[in-house]
Amino acid sequence: MKKIEAVIRKAKFDEVIEALHEIEVNFFCYWDVTGRGNEKIGKVYRGISYSTKDIERTLLSIVVSDSFVEKSIKAIIDSGATGEIGDGKIFLYNCEEAYRIRTGETGPKSFN
Amino acid sequence: MELLTTNNIWMMLCAALVFFMHLGFSFLEIGLTRQKNTINILFKNFFIITMGLIMYCLIGFNLMYPGDFNIIGGGYLGFAGIGLDLAVAADLSYNQGYTYWTDFLFQGMFAATAGTIISGAVAERIKINSFMIIALVYVSIVYPIVGSWQWGSGFLSTLTDDVGFYDFAGSTLVHSVGGWGALVIIYILGARKGKFDINGKPQAIPGSNIPLSAAGVLILWLGWFGFNGGSVLSADPANTSLVLVTTCLAAAAGGLGAAFFSGLLYRNLDLTMFMNGVLGGLVAITAGADQMSPNEAIMIGVTGGIIVVLGVSLLDKAKLDDPVGAIPVHLFSGIWGTLAVGIFGASKGLDQFIVQLASVGIVGVFCVISTIAITLLVKSTVGLRVTEREEMEGLDIAEHGTGAYADFAMK
Repeated sequence: MKKIEAVIRKAKFDEVIEALHEIEVNFFCYWDVTGRGNEKIGKVYRGISYSTKDIERTLLSIVVSDSFVEKSIKAIIDSGATGEIGDGKIFLYNCEEAYRIRTGETGPKSFN
Repeated sequence: MELLTTNNIWMMLCAALVFFMHLGFSFLEIGLTRQKNTINILFKNFFIITMGLIMYCLIGFNLMYPGDFNIIGGGYLGFAGIGLDLAVAADLSYNQGYTYWTDFLFQGMFAATAGTIISGAVAERIKINSFMIIALVYVSIVYPIVGSWQWGSGFLSTLTDDVGFYDFAGSTLVHSVGGWGALVIIYILGARKGKFDINGKPQAIPGSNIPLSAAGVLILWLGWFGFNGGSVLSADPANTSLVLVTTCLAAAAGGLGAAFFSGLLYRNLDLTMFMNGVLGGLVAITAGADQMSPNEAIMIGVTGGIIVVLGVSLLDKAKLDDPVGAIPVHLFSGIWGTLAVGIFGASKGLDQFIVQLASVGIVGVFCVISTIAITLLVKSTVGLRVTEREEMEGLDIAEHGTGAYADFAMK
């Protein structure tokens, strides 16, 4: 089992979710995050130009069985890329164990 | 009698519309400031409308319309006694346009407006107790005295033998009076922490709720139907209709002027400038709403809108911090609208222009001096500003012990 964490563009969220559903990855968490990176966002308020380094992205957290790792990552990269700076990052971790709370099942069958 | 009934109904409706403007001001101010100061701003707005009405009943109305200038003759200062006069009220021949009661209520709603203008400019850093003292003195004494000089038939209304000052609904008497006060207080009070960096460069402090501000501006525009429409002082068909047309055209022109001028200047279509421009147009037409043709109203409005955009940038350059743009809207556009009576419309002419200019100056000097006196007195006794820590944590917690959105923060 592996845990995939992906920081993606908010604007690409719908496409990434759809790509994951297509390969039958249907269980995951996500939340909006604010972070820092290379990008600077220029803004104007009442005639004053200012820039903020705060970058808003969505973070996906997915646990999959080993056989799904490669295609999940491919799906995220294919659907989430625009080719411009700021498309995000993917991190891969080992996942020691998973439990389904209702039944006490463990391993990949607890989330599939 | 039937005529009085018709007139009076219109005037009561207008009083209600001007009352509604206080909701508009509240929304505008909340939206253009940060969440942590929302309760504080609403508290100030509630204080102004409640205290304003009570004080106008007790002393303001009789200071503004003394009849006889019995303290300083020649139209400078008079006082007709404490409280409303039941005997005068009972006489329905008081005026053809309205009853005594309607007169009081309509004028009372106006008085509170002058205080609200100050409230927006000093937002997010003034001590609530200090603000209440300053607003109390300003609304109960400074505003009615200035008003008596013109609307109470004082010396401004007959400034020269031939020509008197003209201010239909208060570009100067209401809006500039509030604006001058606001300008002096923000100078003494200083800018919000973070508004200017260590090199003095202005920083953006974006407002927390632009949709609420937009609702506020549209409510204010609606309120202006009463503010200017009621200033005809009757339901006279020709005059009231013209005034509503000039008022709305100036508002529209002011908004467009500000939106496109700031768009050209900053390469950005800024909604808050659009909104301030609408208000700038409204304030500008207020002095001559019954004097102007539709085309002239558009010219006055569009200029008012451009003045607002330039005014916002001027205040930034002068290191003055006005979070909601009250001074560009009410003071700068108010001065423009007052002068415009001498440039456009039925009473244009050099003599009129000079009288308008002189009156702007006289009112300005009086307001500035009295505000300096009140503000310095308050500063040296109860203090003017909250501490830096209170400012950072927000005035809601520091001054009122609770936040506006309790367990829920909009993000």
